[in-house]
Amino acid sequence: MYGIIASIVDGVLVGSVYGLAAMGLTLIWGVMNVINLTHGAMIVAGMFGLYFLTSALGVPAYAALPPVLVVGLAVGVGLYWLAVHRMIGRPPLMSLLSTFSVNLVIIGLGTAAWGTVLFNVEVTLPGLSWHGYTFPGTHIMAALLTALLAGLLYVFLYRTRLGKAVRAVSGNREAAELVGIPTTRVLSLAFGLGVALACVSGALIATLFPFTVLAGGAYQLKSFVVTVLGGLGNPAGALIGGIALGLVEGLATPFMPVSWTPIIEFLLFIAVLIAFPGGLLMLRRS
Amino acid sequence: MSPRRPFFWIIALVIAVFAAAPLVGDNVQLRESLLLAAVYMTLASNLNMMMGYAGYVNFGNIVFFGLGGYICVYLLSAAAWPLLPAALAAGICVSLLALLFGLGVLRLRGAYFALATIGINEAVKAFVNNFGPWGGATGLYLSTELFAPLGGPRQALWTIYFLLVGIMGLSLYLSYAVKSSKFGLGLLAIGQNEDAAAVLGVPTRRYKALVYSASAFLPALAGGLYFFKSAFIQPVDAFDLQFSTEAIVIVMLGGQGTVTGAAVGAYLYEELRGWLLTSETFSSFQLVIAGALLLLIVLFMPGGLMGWVYERWPRLKRVLE
Repeated sequence: MYGIIASIVDGVLVGSVYGLAAMGLTLIWGVMNVINLTHGAMIVAGMFGLYFLTSALGVPAYAALPPVLVVGLAVGVGLYWLAVHRMIGRPPLMSLLSTFSVNLVIIGLGTAAWGTVLFNVEVTLPGLSWHGYTFPGTHIMAALLTALLAGLLYVFLYRTRLGKAVRAVSGNREAAELVGIPTTRVLSLAFGLGVALACVSGALIATLFPFTVLAGGAYQLKSFVVTVLGGLGNPAGALIGGIALGLVEGLATPFMPVSWTPIIEFLLFIAVLIAFPGGLLMLRRS
Repeated sequence: MSPRRPFFWIIALVIAVFAAAPLVGDNVQLRESLLLAAVYMTLASNLNMMMGYAGYVNFGNIVFFGLGGYICVYLLSAAAWPLLPAALAAGICVSLLALLFGLGVLRLRGAYFALATIGINEAVKAFVNNFGPWGGATGLYLSTELFAPLGGPRQALWTIYFLLVGIMGLSLYLSYAVKSSKFGLGLLAIGQNEDAAAVLGVPTRRYKALVYSASAFLPALAGGLYFFKSAFIQPVDAFDLQFSTEAIVIVMLGGQGTVTGAAVGAYLYEELRGWLLTSETFSSFQLVIAGALLLLIVLFMPGGLMGWVYERWPRLKRVLE
């Protein structure tokens, strides 16, 4: 019994990081109705960013997170101008294809450079023991940092002028333009933020598990599941969705091999989409 | 579709050229390259019905091909079925599965559906990796004795080639038939504006599920034959991201929504790929090149090759569908 509870708690700790990644995806969707298919590649980019900062430059793992965040923001803004800007207002097919193509280029470059070898970042933190079960220190730290980053995002969106501008554009772009908000720049910032969140959550995941260049696909699927749980376009919902997904994964781990998780996730995804097309948390609004 | 339209005979001519060209001088190298082109054409024309007509990107289109391959190889090796019934059974099974999945998932619109198709690729791959009877991650191997009923390996390769060319031809005729039917008009209406189509009485959900299922049949059949030819199947090959991506690139390159575009795009892409593979610098950058090509098309030439041709010679629109 303690084993199952420990597994669930651990699942929730890890799930909160998935929630952070999904916040990036859902933020972009909420502001500009674009599904960012570079999401998985950006998660992997964050993993490799952390790997090279720690192994090549000797930066401590958690000190490497701010540079990953900043570079992710810059890359995201650049990507917006490269692949997304011309797709705003066109059929969703086009933005899906353009972000998908960037994703291919990044994954292609990654596999050409590093193949599909397993990488690992060593982080040693003392864990917490509880009834003979140990919660790894890295898992606890990742969950705490996720809470911190989510809090910072909340402060940005609700307490700063720029963040309020992002929310205004998300609500009604024409009206925002009319009151003098430079909406195009705000869109590029929002895309940058979404990508930065994906990168930093990738870096956090890299402190938990080993990874390959192709790991993005599986984590991207997790983000999709989390966003439909929380409702597309709702960052707070994404965090709760992530925790819910972690709970499900934690509950499943003692009973079946880990390699079955994508199947469970996918079934959950389909079930939620069919039963609650607006996401579980959108029920209140309707 | 009617034999009185020139396009009907253009397709027939393409099939005849594909069937006859490698026979001249017993050209095995040409046959292998045309075989791959035929597979690309099959995948692209069927994806085009989803993507070009109904406006739904199916990122998981390779699932049909891979699952078809698995079912066919399994029936051949475990149940000792002859090739043709096994391939047909694979096509029918995958088509039915697609119909069930489509009825459930195609209630979802636009972006949600695209997410579901990416998910299904990951989920099916994970399932096959864990599924004992299908050999898990190591896959299934066929003994070469299975080539015997087709007259030995040498003759069998020719037979499979002709069968695949036949499937390619059927794919082109299917795309053409759908496009010129009421069903196809309904799909094109869904692609332009789903709400308006529904108001005008197009049964959007049923049509979407039907086209999803119809676009599964021939790729599954082709998958069965393709993996019979290679005599083994592994999850990595069967659900290759590359193949699925290439089909999307091809449809966009040729011009989405056109039968000719999907075919010409497939042929051009196969030539390009063959050239890239032989060049050492480029062979490891295939995915990068496919991605960059797709980005350029989406950004600057969303109509693809056929869009450009139609603009230049508008009268061709009436001949080349």
